[in-house]
Amino acid sequence: MQLKKTVSIHHALALASCSLLAGVQPARAEGWETSASILYYSEQDRVQAIEPVVRVKKQFSEDEHLAVQVVADALTGASPNGAVPTTTPQTFTSPSGEKTYTTPANEIPLDPTFRDERYALSVEWGRPLGRTLRGIFQGHFSGEHDYKSMGLSATLARDFNTRNTTLTGGLSYNSDEVDPVGGVPVGLSDTTLRQRISGTENKQVLEALLGVTQVLSRTTLLQLNYTFGQDSGYLTDPYKLVSIVDAGGNPVSIVHEKRPEDRARHALYARTLTAFGRDVLNASYRFYWDDWGVNAQTVDLRYRLQFSGGHYLEPQLRYSLQSSAADFYRPYLPQGETVEVVSADYRLATMTTTTFGVKYGIPTRRDGEFALRVGYMVQTGEDQPAGAPGQLASQDLFPDTKAIMVQLNYSLLF
Amino acid sequence: MHRAVPLVLVLALAVLGGCALERVQPWERDVLARKSMQLDAYPLDTYLDEHIYSSKETARGGQGVGGGGCGCN
Repeated sequence: MQLKKTVSIHHALALASCSLLAGVQPARAEGWETSASILYYSEQDRVQAIEPVVRVKKQFSEDEHLAVQVVADALTGASPNGAVPTTTPQTFTSPSGEKTYTTPANEIPLDPTFRDERYALSVEWGRPLGRTLRGIFQGHFSGEHDYKSMGLSATLARDFNTRNTTLTGGLSYNSDEVDPVGGVPVGLSDTTLRQRISGTENKQVLEALLGVTQVLSRTTLLQLNYTFGQDSGYLTDPYKLVSIVDAGGNPVSIVHEKRPEDRARHALYARTLTAFGRDVLNASYRFYWDDWGVNAQTVDLRYRLQFSGGHYLEPQLRYSLQSSAADFYRPYLPQGETVEVVSADYRLATMTTTTFGVKYGIPTRRDGEFALRVGYMVQTGEDQPAGAPGQLASQDLFPDTKAIMVQLNYSLLF
Repeated sequence: MHRAVPLVLVLALAVLGGCALERVQPWERDVLARKSMQLDAYPLDTYLDEHIYSSKETARGGQGVGGGGCGCN
C-alpha cells in the first residue's frame, strides 16, 4: 500500500492496523500461506476416519485474499443402524440389499457395511468494499458416492467506533442431493418389503447470520452471533431404522425412519478472547434450539500457554449438553402405535458430549508452524429409558460413543 | 423459555457498555494483533471440529454461515 506523505501519523497508524480487528488475520501486505492438516478420528468399535485438508491462501493486499481449500475424507467401520439390542442375535440386510450382517445378542446393532469417501473443494474471496466495509464470498462443492452438496455464501463486515466495533451480516444457500445406496427407502415401511423409490432426493439449506464483535479493552475481544437456518426437503437419514417392539420388548418388525421435511434452527453464540500476559483464554458458549424440539448448550474453553521461542501448549475442554431430544426421537416404537415421523438416531436424543484435548505448537522457519492436537471424546445418553418394556429394560439402549482424535497441522508462509 | 437468552442479553449490554468503557486506539493494538488473539486463527482446526461435531451431534451453527453438508451417517 502506498501512503501519501500528507497522511497524518494517526491516520497512518489507523490504516496500518486496519486488519487487526475481529476475524481478520494479522496484516500481511501480500504473499502465500499454505496450511495442511491431517485428522485421524477413531471411535471404539465403530467409525474410523482419515481426513487430510490443504488450504492455500494468496494475500493480494492487506484486505484482499483468495483461498482454496481441498479436503479428502475416508471413512470405514460400523455405525449404529437405530435398531434395539435383543437377547438373541439379529440379522439385517445391508442398504444395498446384497449383503446381510448379524448382530450378536445383547449388543446395539451396528451396520458394518458403512464406508464412505468424500471430496470437498471450497473457494473463498475476501475483499474490501469501502473504507470500513469488507466482504467474504465463498463457494463450495463436496461429493460422496451417495451425497452431493454445493453452496454459496456471502458475509459482510462493517467497522465502527474507530474499528472497536464490527457488525457482521451473512447469508448462505446450500443445495444437497441424496442418492442412497439401494434407492430411497419409503419412510416407515417394513425393511423386509424393500419398498424403494427410484431417483434422488434433495435438500436445501438457507442460513443467515447477524453478529457484533467488540473490542472491550487492549486485551479482550467479544463476539456475539445469532444464526438462523432453514432446512427443507429430504432430512431423513436413509440408512437409519426403528424397531417396533411387543410387550416383551422383542422386535416384531423393523421399519425405515422418517423425519419432518422442514427444520428451523437457531443459535446464539458468544466468544471471548482474553490475553493474560502472553497467554490467551479462548472461551465460547452456544445456545441452540430448533422447531424439532432440540435444545443444546455448548461450552468450549481453551487456554493457550505461550512459552518462549513461540512454543505453546493449549489444553481444551468442550462440553455439550443436548438437553432436549427431537420430538420424534424414539429409541423403539411399541407395536400398535402409529406415528407420522420417527427416528431412533441417537444423535437426536438427550445426551452429553465431552471432549478433553490438548494442542502443542512449534514455530517453524518463515513464520510457519507445526502443531499436534490430540483429543478424547465421549458421548453419553440414557442407557435405560424409563418404561422400556420386557427385555429392553435390561438392555443398554445408549452405549457410550468414545473416540480419539489425532491431528497434525503444518503451515508455511512465503 | 430459553435460559441462555438472559445470558446473551447481559453479554450484549456488556458490549454496548464496552464502547463507553475503553476505546482502544490503533496504536494500542499490539496484543489484539497477535495471531493467538484472532477469532479464527486456525481455520483448519475450526473446519475439522465443525465437521466432527456436526456429524456426531444434531445442534450446529453459531460461528458462521455456509460451509457445506455431508451424508454423515
